[in-house]
Amino acid sequence: MNKLNFLQPDKNNLSTYLYTGVFLVALSIFIVFLNSFFNKDLISFLPGTISFFLPLILGFTGLHLIRIDYSGMKFLDKVNKNINTNNFNAFLSLLIVFVIIKSLPPLLSWFILDANIAGDTKDVCTGSGACWTYIKIWFNRFMYGMYPNAEQWRINLSFIALAFLGTIGFFATEKFKKYLTLYYVVVYPVIAFFFIFFFISGGPIFFDFSYGIIAAVISVIIGFFIPSKFKMYYFITVPITLYILLKYVFFYEELIELGKLEALEWVETGAWGGLSLTFIVSFFCLIFCFPIGLFLSLGRRSDFPIIKYFSIGMIEFWRGVPLITVLFMSSVMFPMFLPEDMFIDKLVRVIIAISLFEAAYVAEVIRGGLQALPRGQYDAAKSLGMGYWKMHILVILPQALKLVIPGIANTFLALVKDTPLIFVVGLLEIVGMLNLAKTNPEWLGFAMEGYVFASVLFFIICYAMSKYSYNLEQKYKTER
Amino acid sequence: MENRGITFGYGFLSQESSFDVQFSLIEYDGSHSYFRAYLVGLLNTILVSVIGIIFATIIGVVVGIARLSNNYLIERSAAVYVEFFRNIPLLLQIFFWYFAALRALPLPQDTEPMFGVFFLTIKGFFVPAFVWNNLDIFVYSIIAAIISIFFIRIYAKKKQENEGIQTPVLSISIGLLIILPLLSFLFGGVDAKVEVPVIKQLSQSGFTYEGGIKLPPELISLALALSLYTATFIAECVRAGVQGVSKGQKEAAASIGLTPNQVLKLVVMPQALRIIIPPTTNQYLNLTKNSSLAAAIAYPDLVLVFAGTALMQTGRAIEIVSITMLTYLSLSISISIFMNWYNKKIAIKEK
Repeated sequence: MNKLNFLQPDKNNLSTYLYTGVFLVALSIFIVFLNSFFNKDLISFLPGTISFFLPLILGFTGLHLIRIDYSGMKFLDKVNKNINTNNFNAFLSLLIVFVIIKSLPPLLSWFILDANIAGDTKDVCTGSGACWTYIKIWFNRFMYGMYPNAEQWRINLSFIALAFLGTIGFFATEKFKKYLTLYYVVVYPVIAFFFIFFFISGGPIFFDFSYGIIAAVISVIIGFFIPSKFKMYYFITVPITLYILLKYVFFYEELIELGKLEALEWVETGAWGGLSLTFIVSFFCLIFCFPIGLFLSLGRRSDFPIIKYFSIGMIEFWRGVPLITVLFMSSVMFPMFLPEDMFIDKLVRVIIAISLFEAAYVAEVIRGGLQALPRGQYDAAKSLGMGYWKMHILVILPQALKLVIPGIANTFLALVKDTPLIFVVGLLEIVGMLNLAKTNPEWLGFAMEGYVFASVLFFIICYAMSKYSYNLEQKYKTER
Repeated sequence: MENRGITFGYGFLSQESSFDVQFSLIEYDGSHSYFRAYLVGLLNTILVSVIGIIFATIIGVVVGIARLSNNYLIERSAAVYVEFFRNIPLLLQIFFWYFAALRALPLPQDTEPMFGVFFLTIKGFFVPAFVWNNLDIFVYSIIAAIISIFFIRIYAKKKQENEGIQTPVLSISIGLLIILPLLSFLFGGVDAKVEVPVIKQLSQSGFTYEGGIKLPPELISLALALSLYTATFIAECVRAGVQGVSKGQKEAAASIGLTPNQVLKLVVMPQALRIIIPPTTNQYLNLTKNSSLAAAIAYPDLVLVFAGTALMQTGRAIEIVSITMLTYLSLSISISIFMNWYNKKIAIKEK
C-alpha cells in the first residue's frame, strides 16, 4: 500500500490537491454526520453497497491527496504526522472517526436525550432511553444496602471522619512528618476499626467508644502542658487510666441506664451492603493484606527452613486457588473446624479470607522489589553493624517498596475489583444489591441501567486509584 | 468435627449423583457418579478457559500493537479500551453481558440468520456442525502434516547452517497443511456434511433450533467478559515487551542488511517474546482462575457443578472444597513449574 505514488502532488499543483483533498474529506465526514445525526441520506440514489462504502472511498482519496510532506502549514503537518502517515493509517483513522460519529447519537439518546429521571415509579420510563428513575429510587440501597435509613448518617459520619483523618497526613508539618508512618500503620487502622465497629455496627458498646474519645481528647489537651521529657510516660498511662475511671467510677451507674435508652441501635453486619460495604471490605483488606504480605515476602527469603517453606507454601497456595473457592471455604468449611459454641461473624471471615488471599499477591510483588536490590545494599547495611530488622526497616524496605509501587497499586486495584465476589457468602455489596434490585417485581427490566451505573462508579474509583499510584511512582522515582 | 457428627471420606465420589447438568461436553445425566459430575465441571472450566485464552490473546495482541501505533486516533482508542475494561470488576462485566446485553437479543423465531447459517438468539448461539465420515483419517492426515513440517524445519535449519541456502519453510508448511487433509478428502474417504440448525416449534410460543451446535448464553457471556477483561492486561504485556526491545537492536539488525520482516522475525520478536511470555502466562492462569466466576451466572463449571450442586446434595464440604481447590492448585502449580523451566530456557545466558 505504501507504493501508491500516483496522484501525489508536486510543486505546481499543490493547492489544487490540497483544496480537493480537504473538500473530499469534509464531504465524507459531512455525509456520515448527516446520516447519523439527522437520519438524512445524501447518497441514497446510489445502489446499497456503493452508498455504504462511498464516504470511506471519498475520505480515503481525500486523505491521500492531502498527504504532503513538509507542506509548511502547521495544522496540515500535524494531521499528516498523527493520523495520515500512510494509506493504511488513513483508512483506519477514517474508520475510527466514522464509528465515533455513528455511535454518538444512539449513545446520547440512551444516556441523556431519551432517558427519564423524573417521577418515582416505573411508569414514567416511557422513552426508549435509560430509566435513571430506577437508579434514583434505589440509590439509597445501592449505597447503604439494607442499613436502616434513619441510621445512615452513622456511615456517612464515619466515612467523613476517616477521610479527614486519612488526609491529615498531607498537612503535617515537618516536625510531625517522621511520625506519619507510625500514624498510618498503627494508629489510623485502630481508629478506623473502632469507628466501623462501634459507630457503624452500633449497640451498647458505643459507650465504650465515647468514653475512649473523651479520654483521648482530655489527655491530648492536658498533654500540651506536660514537659516533653515525661510525654511518653504520660501518653502511655493517663489515657487508659482516664478511660477506666470514666467507665467504671464516674459513669458506671449512668451507663446502665443510658445503655438501655439511648445507645446507638445495633445493626448486624448482614444488613450492611451497597457501595459502603465495598469500601469497608476493601479498606480493611488493604490494611491487613499489606503487613501480612510484607512478612510473607521476608519469610520467603529467610534463612530458617521452617519459616521459608511455610511462607512459600502460604504464597503458592493462596495464589493457586480462585478467590471464589477461598470464600466458599471460609463460609462452608471453616466453621466446621471451630468449637461448637464459637461463632465468627460472616463479614470478619470474608475480610480474613480476602486479606490472606491478596497478601500472597502482595508478597510476590514485594519479593520482586527485594530481589531487584543489589547485594551491595545488604552488605553495606550489615557492615555498619545493623541487625536484621534495622537493616530491613532503614535500608532495604524503603528502597524495595519504592520500586514496587506500581505492582502494589495493581494488587490493591485487583482487591477492590474482587470485592463484589463476597456475594457467594450472601453479603450484598453494590453489585449484589443490583442483582437484588433487578429481580424486584416492580422494577423488572432495568438491568442495563444498574450495571452501567455500577460500572461508572467502579471505573471512577479504580481509575482514580491508578492515577494516584502513577503520581506516587513519579514522586518517589529516583535515578538509579 | 466429630461433635458435629460429620464423617470424612471420599467414598461419595462413586455414588449416583442424581442431578442434571444443562451443558456438558461428555455424556452425563443423573445416573452417573459424582466423579463424572466433577469431570463435567472440569471439562466445562477448561472449555471456557481455552476459548477465553484464544480470544484474549488475539484481542490483546491487536490492541497492544495498536497502542504502539504512531496514529494518534488508533493509539487513543486502544488506550481508552484498555483503561475502560480493566477498571471495571470482571463480575460486573459478566453480569452486564449476561443479564443486560445478551437479554436484548431476539427470540429464536424472530432471529435473522447471519450468513444464512448462524443464529444468534436469546437462547444461545446456534452454529452449524460438521457431520464427519472417517474423521480419524482426517485427523491422522493433519498429524502427519505437522510431523513432516517438524522434520522439514530441522532439515531447513541444517541446510542453512551447512550451505547458507534458505528454504521457504513457511510456504511449504502452509502447503502441506492444506494439501494433506485435502488428499484425505479425495482418496481417504473422508466426508463432511454441514448440518445447519433448523427452527423447531416446541409449544405455542416456544421455539428452538435443532441440529448443529448450541453455545449457551452463559458460555458466550462468560467467554466474552473473560477475554475482553484479560485482553487489556495482555495488551499491556505486549506493549511493554515490544517497547522493551531497545532501538539499537533494530538499527543494528537493519545495518547488517536484514529486511524489515527479518528484523521483526529474527531480532525483535525473540527478544520481545522473552519479556512478553511470562506475564502473559500469568494472565492465562488468572483467566482460568477467574473462570470460576461462572458460578454467578450458572454456567456449569467446576465450582458450580461440584462445589455448588454436589456440595449441597452431599453436604461434604471439606472433601469437595479441598478437591476443588486442589484441582485449581495443581493446574496453576504445573503451569508455573512449566513457566519457570521455560523462563530458564529462554533467559539470556550470561556469565
